[in-house]
Amino acid sequence: MAVIKVRDVRTVFGKKIVHDGLDLTINEGEIYGLLGPSGCGKTTLLREMVLLQHISGGTIEVLDKKLNNISESDAQSLRQQWGVLFQFGALFSSLTLKENVALPLVEYTKLSRKMIDDIVKFKINLVGLKPEDANLYPSEISGGMKKKAGLARALAMDPKLLFLDEPTSGLDPISAREFDNLILQLREMLGLTIVMVSHDLESIYNTLDKVAIIDNKKIAYEGTLQGVKEVKSDFIQTFFGRENE
Amino acid sequence: MQNKVLIDLQNERLLLTFEGELTLYTIPEVENRLQEIKNKIFNSVILDCTGLASLDTAGAIFLYDFQKKFQNKNIEVKLLLQEANHQETFLLVQKNIAHSRDFQPAKRKFFLENIGEVFYNYYKGFLSFLYFFGQLFASNMRYITSLKNIRFKEIAFEVNESAIRALGIISLTSFLIGLVVAYQSAYQLKIYGANIFIVDMLGISIFRELAPLITAIVIAGRSGSAYAAQIGAMKITQELDAMKTMGFEPFAFLVLPRIIALVITMPILIFVADIMAIFGGMIVANIDLNITPSLFIDRFNEVIAAKHFYVGIVKGPFFAFLIASIGIYRGLMVKDDTQSIGFNTTKSVVESIFAVIVCDAVFSIAFTNLGI
Repeated sequence: MAVIKVRDVRTVFGKKIVHDGLDLTINEGEIYGLLGPSGCGKTTLLREMVLLQHISGGTIEVLDKKLNNISESDAQSLRQQWGVLFQFGALFSSLTLKENVALPLVEYTKLSRKMIDDIVKFKINLVGLKPEDANLYPSEISGGMKKKAGLARALAMDPKLLFLDEPTSGLDPISAREFDNLILQLREMLGLTIVMVSHDLESIYNTLDKVAIIDNKKIAYEGTLQGVKEVKSDFIQTFFGRENE
Repeated sequence: MQNKVLIDLQNERLLLTFEGELTLYTIPEVENRLQEIKNKIFNSVILDCTGLASLDTAGAIFLYDFQKKFQNKNIEVKLLLQEANHQETFLLVQKNIAHSRDFQPAKRKFFLENIGEVFYNYYKGFLSFLYFFGQLFASNMRYITSLKNIRFKEIAFEVNESAIRALGIISLTSFLIGLVVAYQSAYQLKIYGANIFIVDMLGISIFRELAPLITAIVIAGRSGSAYAAQIGAMKITQELDAMKTMGFEPFAFLVLPRIIALVITMPILIFVADIMAIFGGMIVANIDLNITPSLFIDRFNEVIAAKHFYVGIVKGPFFAFLIASIGIYRGLMVKDDTQSIGFNTTKSVVESIFAVIVCDAVFSIAFTNLGI
């Protein structure tokens, strides 16, 4: 079943055309990667999927809801069904890690304080943070920890859909591989669908089921990783080419 | 399917059957329902979750806690899960909670400790401001040894940015202030028939105090806060660090040009404020007190000595130095989070206006004692 359908999407900033007719389909339970050279609009497409950016043309459908002219109540219910991890975590700087993770639970559910505490404890442990860190503020922790805390916050509501913007950039290799395993595990257990933008080749090979490569304003390739090397594209040749030699 | 909990108690054996969904949204309801078993006596529990349609991690945590509660009371518990992914979710939760420790509560401080910390922070803030002044002085010495080192381009940019673009708002504010002061005093003067003295009054008060202060306050609110916010944002995006590693001394590139630009332009701005405020007063004098502009200017020539004008202008560079250095200092104090930009920008305005007024008071006393 298709969770996200992108059809003929155009994005124009002023005079600059970023996307010129993108089509892609993301199915339930897939780990889907958006790849491409810098500035090709991967993150822009991700932002369009999570309602942070308007599209200039075409349609995007997420969990059977069209994002063009979506009603506010539909948008709110969508927002509770997805989790987004930003590149640098984007934690709220006035709240501690614990409060950051607890925020959606406090705002959207009627759970008791203790239950929320238990859930937060679990999520913090799940992403590999220590309970001692829970009372720290975002300005007191490292970039990698911010990222993990951002993931814990994205997972707080047990979303069906997870958007990750460069999840492994800025992590040490060990944490990055742990992150890959975590993503695979989460997909297995919670039946998550994961969309990510990544540049980390190892992470790409470890986790992704399907990729879409955006190059030159269009989708240069969509499909499994096995087929990717057949495609004639400068970006694909240089990015994946090294593996052949 | 409906979300249900069936409670069945037989021979001290409790059977709880969960049906439907056990998720974030349904837990409060289930918890309410389970209030019932509090008063019941039993020595073994079976949690039958085989009929659950969906279980998320919150639900699994709930089951785990529930199970734990009975185990702690030495009650035998059996958990039945059917679907493979429910079992996996539960296992994941179990594994993680077993590894994790409880949160330590955030440390609470004794009130004396809080007071001490506040004062210590003031002391440290004062020291760091002195340190900033020292650095400023030292880099001044280093860079102003030769004209070549002065960055004229940056200075010109800042002159335009923080002074020339402020001309409009300063003109308007001081025009209105002149208008208001004249209007308020016109009424009083009329009672005594001392109409013509409005010229003396306006001339002295505007030249000596009002124009410099109004200009300084507008500049502190407009340019001083901009300095704090700009430099603070540059600090957060690590632009300042990048400059330092490339060997561009931030003091030479960012700090001195701003201070020099403001020191140069402040007297000019005060001059403009003088003109506009007197102009405002003149209009009111003409309308309210029947003093024609030519009479106003004649009288002005007679009674207002040039020294009053110079007293106001001389204050300009001092005010400018205070405003610019406090704004920049506050910018450099920004820490690595977004809130501190707002905090420091506010502080920069409050502190620089305060500093300007203190400085003005010092000038007043000095000039009075010198008989100027």
